Amino acid sequence: MSKKQTSGADALIQSLHEEGVELVFGYPGGAALHIYDALFNQSEVEHILVRHEQGAVHAADGYARSTGKPGVALVTSGPGATNAITGLATAFMDSTPVIVISGQVKSELIGTDSFQETDMIGVSRPIVKHSFLVQRAEDIPEIVKKAFHIATTGRPGPVVIDVPKDLTDPNLTFEFNYPSEINMRSYKPAKVGDPKQIKKAVDLILEAKKPVIYSGGGVIQDDASAELTELAKLTKFPTTNTLMGLGAFPGTDPQFLGMLGMHGTYEANMAMHEADLIIAVGARFDDRITNDPKQFALGAKKIHIDVDPASLSKIIHADVPIAGSAKECLSALINELSKEEIDTNKLEPWLQKITNWREEHGLNHSMLELIPENGKILPQQVIQSLYKETEGKAFITSDVGQHQMFAAQYYFFDKPRQWINSGGLGTMGFGLPSAMGVQFAFPKETVACVTGEGSIQMCIQELSTCFQYGLPIKIINLNNAALGMVKQWQDMQYGGRHSSSTYENSLPDFCALSESYGHVGIKVTKLSELETAMKECISMKDKLVFLDVDVDPDEHVYPMLEAGNAMDYMHLSKDKKTW
Amino acid sequence: MKRVIALLMENQPGALSRVVGLFSQRGYNIETLIVAPTTDPTLSRLTMSTNGDEKIVQQITKQLDKLIDVVTVADLGESDFVETELMLVKLNKSSITGNEIEKFEGKVVFEDSEIINLQFVGEPDKLDKLVKELNKKEVLEIVRSGSLGISSNAKTLTINK
Repeated sequence: MSKKQTSGADALIQSLHEEGVELVFGYPGGAALHIYDALFNQSEVEHILVRHEQGAVHAADGYARSTGKPGVALVTSGPGATNAITGLATAFMDSTPVIVISGQVKSELIGTDSFQETDMIGVSRPIVKHSFLVQRAEDIPEIVKKAFHIATTGRPGPVVIDVPKDLTDPNLTFEFNYPSEINMRSYKPAKVGDPKQIKKAVDLILEAKKPVIYSGGGVIQDDASAELTELAKLTKFPTTNTLMGLGAFPGTDPQFLGMLGMHGTYEANMAMHEADLIIAVGARFDDRITNDPKQFALGAKKIHIDVDPASLSKIIHADVPIAGSAKECLSALINELSKEEIDTNKLEPWLQKITNWREEHGLNHSMLELIPENGKILPQQVIQSLYKETEGKAFITSDVGQHQMFAAQYYFFDKPRQWINSGGLGTMGFGLPSAMGVQFAFPKETVACVTGEGSIQMCIQELSTCFQYGLPIKIINLNNAALGMVKQWQDMQYGGRHSSSTYENSLPDFCALSESYGHVGIKVTKLSELETAMKECISMKDKLVFLDVDVDPDEHVYPMLEAGNAMDYMHLSKDKKTW
Repeated sequence: MKRVIALLMENQPGALSRVVGLFSQRGYNIETLIVAPTTDPTLSRLTMSTNGDEKIVQQITKQLDKLIDVVTVADLGESDFVETELMLVKLNKSSITGNEIEKFEGKVVFEDSEIINLQFVGEPDKLDKLVKELNKKEVLEIVRSGSLGISSNAKTLTINK
């Protein structure tokens, strides 16, 4: 039986289908037109037209983060490719499986500075896990197979496939064969942790009197939340999550310390600082966690489980480094521990200390009951109202800044993949397009984008995409009429000089703007209106609602670590600090 | 501290730029770099020398190993190894005698009535000293290859299948 003859463009789409891809987010252009024609002629892979290529990659990223399946974006050469760069860097920093397919000028034109030519492989090189420049059309199926394998295994990450236009020409056909397996001699990610190291970890766990489990995005990426929770329950060890790791351990569990780090809770940061054992899982001790690495948790032994061997002892020396997948290593650890007697009684003084810290300076989760003297709405109250109205079950995406930290601090995430934000790169503009990706994956669920008037304007054009595809996203805009986090730093470190962090009354009427895109806008200026407006917003199941809430512009995010010190140096409010 | 790192990578376009890019991207220093296909034409072998303490060299080898095109990496300094370098020197012929060439263990690879080209092979330190001596002559040009390294025990740099 002879196999079907296909063009490179058809082979590309067929390969995506073989990988189980249902949705591709993209934007057409000259070098990608053969591919777009191939998309038109089939119905297995649906294309979503965004309004800017950055939106396409963030949407693919949001889809990937919420589902665990790789997200795919398709762009044209030149400006299409360069517009995708911020999205790629975002996915790279947070290790998410995103595939970007970029059209390239014809092979014979490469290197001639031809129209819309950019060296995509060169430009994207430092911010991708790997990239492929297709050189023969018949290589396309194997390259797609490799790209998906690389993007989704080991420490996941974005992969670029750059396809010259001539290789997708419908007149150039070949026999399509999709490889069932791929073997790459140069790529064998570690899976199972070294049993000797697991034994050493068990010994440290049994001895510990002041332990903390510190877990990050790696646990979510590896779908190891159940194992992490089991380890925590088995040992009774208090658990903290990084910004990227929220939801890996249930946010409402009493054992949960909240987020740690720069804007982590007092009890999480104090526990890290005073611990005698830190079990880091799928986390990388980055500078937003450790503060000064030389003063970081000096009394603690560190067990570090990470799928990326290069993360082990990169910043903080690991006493027991374990290279392997979070899921496999945690299972092995639980298996070994279940053979031992675990004396949880000896943790009592430590757990009591943590309870005291929480009572002393923990976050106030009942702020809706407060009525601020200045009559303004506190941003924390908006998050608490959102939490209450969505019963803690919504997917929350965010942009970057104060609103992101308030959402991370005040919304309890009980499940992994429920909290979607740009933690590593800190990309303003991520919130709305990533929410689109989530809403496409979960059309019936509530997806809320917590944003600010600064961030939302960085990808606001996607309101048009949302209308075209009927995405009922809830945009919760914490409008403080300023670049809040910049302004906070200027207040704290630059004598209150607000250099270019306010807009001099140039903000648009966001409700009218949303309405012009065909959506619903609701403005809230008084605390007394907040809960009713939130209820109305969340209840509109088939409409995108832009809830524009004027919040107190003078509110800062606390706690906040004092740079250049250990983790116990925290600002707790405008006039209170720990030292 | 000077370290020599050897690696095998896929002999593919773009592979070398990933290796070199990694160094600038992560702020590591490359002193010398030498790359050529191996007897297996699908693989290239690359030897580089760099400066850094134990921790930095560990990070470099781990980060290199992470590159998809890199098949295997070794820090040659982890065991005994042999390091050698090739140097070509062009001089005014009248400024050097046959005896001196013999003393420096040079090999004449070209000569005419005015110019002489000499070839030297040896450890980089030895070549450094030679350069000082040769600079007393009328040297027109010096070119050095950078270090090549190979471990001197039974261990070999091969593909982990």
